[in-house]
Amino acid sequence: MDGITPQLLALQVFTGLALGAIYVLLAVGLSLIFGMLTVVNFAHGAFFMLGAYVGLFAAEQTGSFWAALVIAPLAVAAVGMLCERWLIRPLYGRGIDYPLLLTFGLAYMMVEGIRIVFGKAGLPFETPELLQGATNLGFADFPTYRLFVIGVVALLLVVLWLLIERTSFGLIVRAGARDPVIVRVLGIDVSRVWLIVFGVGTGIAALAGVLAAPLQGVSPEMGSSVLIVAFVITVVGGMGSLVGAVVAGLLVGVVESLAVLFVPEAAKVSMFVIMAAVLLVRPQGLFGRAGLMA
Amino acid sequence: MKSATASLRLSPPLTWAALPGLIARHRVLATIAFFAVFPWLMPYQSLAINILIYGLYAVGFNLLFGYTGLLSFGHAAFLGVGAYTAGILIGQHGAAWWWAIPVAIAVGCLVALAMGLLAIRTRGIYFAMVTLALSQCVYFLVYQLPASGGENGLRGVNVSEVSLFGLHLNLLDPMHKYYFVFGFVALAMAVLSRILASPFGGAIEAVRENEARARACGFDIERTKLLSFVLSAGFCALAGALNAIHLSSVPIETLDYATSGLVVMLCLLGGMGTYFGPFVGAALFLLIQDLASAWTEHWQLYVGAVFVLFVLFFPKGVWGTLLERIRHDR
Repeated sequence: MDGITPQLLALQVFTGLALGAIYVLLAVGLSLIFGMLTVVNFAHGAFFMLGAYVGLFAAEQTGSFWAALVIAPLAVAAVGMLCERWLIRPLYGRGIDYPLLLTFGLAYMMVEGIRIVFGKAGLPFETPELLQGATNLGFADFPTYRLFVIGVVALLLVVLWLLIERTSFGLIVRAGARDPVIVRVLGIDVSRVWLIVFGVGTGIAALAGVLAAPLQGVSPEMGSSVLIVAFVITVVGGMGSLVGAVVAGLLVGVVESLAVLFVPEAAKVSMFVIMAAVLLVRPQGLFGRAGLMA
Repeated sequence: MKSATASLRLSPPLTWAALPGLIARHRVLATIAFFAVFPWLMPYQSLAINILIYGLYAVGFNLLFGYTGLLSFGHAAFLGVGAYTAGILIGQHGAAWWWAIPVAIAVGCLVALAMGLLAIRTRGIYFAMVTLALSQCVYFLVYQLPASGGENGLRGVNVSEVSLFGLHLNLLDPMHKYYFVFGFVALAMAVLSRILASPFGGAIEAVRENEARARACGFDIERTKLLSFVLSAGFCALAGALNAIHLSSVPIETLDYATSGLVVMLCLLGGMGTYFGPFVGAALFLLIQDLASAWTEHWQLYVGAVFVLFVLFFPKGVWGTLLERIRHDR
């Protein structure tokens, strides 16, 4: 194991954190939507992909990455809310599989739609000038853009936490996740809350898409691999648990990038090993409550 | 009850109205009769072969989704493992088809047992996610297997001649190949009919209708689900092995997420929980694909839209809706 210096190790852990941060955003959105609506959003990866493309388009039109970072989540959240209102809502109460199947079909259409508009080939996405290069953190140089990704995700998580734990809207969200019937009895329009939650979840997925774009470029297929990662993370962390999504997301990111260093041939399989282990020891996930999903 | 047994004993006169009931009672024979003449109904034979193979794939999936009520998004793993096992045995070890295919089914069942033991531990909605993730794991494992050919897939799965009980088939002739596949499909449909008519067939439907009540009745839910998962994988592995022989190759995309999604679509379009529906779904999908791809390369958009419309308005699928109409009329 020569050639593996502490610097290299630290760099790899850090790369894993940046990777994990994007996974966390996806898993948080997925988890939020599931926790409230009990909808497994199979189109989550497609919304991620859509976010990256809208971001690309917005960055080209306005010439600013920062504008893209704001426009893409808002635009995709609007699309998401339209989908919830007109496609998913008619399926509530028809069994848990139907919204899942619908979002699967929706993702199918979104991927093909993007292929029609932007072409089949992947496109490059330029890292904004301000964030190019590396930053010295005292013991090693780290790519500035990855630092920025970690920062944005951390900030967003704090905002989300405050929204859910400290506002009256958050109180309704938490109560609605527990027992939507009682919340409705108390005179609150739950369907409006669900609409907003679906918008927030898909908007966060779009933000993840824009953040990931400079790291990997954009392509119509970028959503499907990421969807599987997001599923693994929600299973590991526990469905409906935000803390679980954060911990499991970072864990999967770091383990994957460390595996690249030590056992490259097993890197892609590493997260499935984690998932299998969690399923064997704690089927409800690290932070999930037993019986919640019965 | 009395009149039902009486009518059975008297065997009703052959009228058009009695035909659906007759077909329903002899579903295996009806399916075999239909597929015996099927190639003449299709524009070309390889489409007929594809419909048989993808239909069989959907039949296997339907046992789990339609009859047991478990939605798996990982069935590409079984199609792929069946295809790769048969392909490697035939192409690289010179195995004869008559033992390569049963081994492929057995390996498919074993992989399903391992996946099932993990996936059944989760409840409800987790199942789709865990099966999807595990099938992706199978994808990466097969991809790295030296014998699988990785990105390029498996080539040279050649079975050119088949002789059985004095019957000689030349598989280079599409018509002969069709009847080779047809033989296996007929056998599989007979086995499926037997499974569905057995007490186990009742148990899986009980699990689908009301898991808590089935548990209270004393059924071992976990074992029932696991067995259904493994049996379902067996049908899919057979479809995979047949497809490997049909194509003389195994593309790596066989194991792809899209292939898992495809079978969900086939099953829902045709009619989940119906005996013959999966074939209707496969025929519908492949015909749309065949027709639409002639004038647009974006046929997936239309297939996706049709699927979304079916989920919203015809969740019973084409065949399921048709059956409901017929039953309603009677």
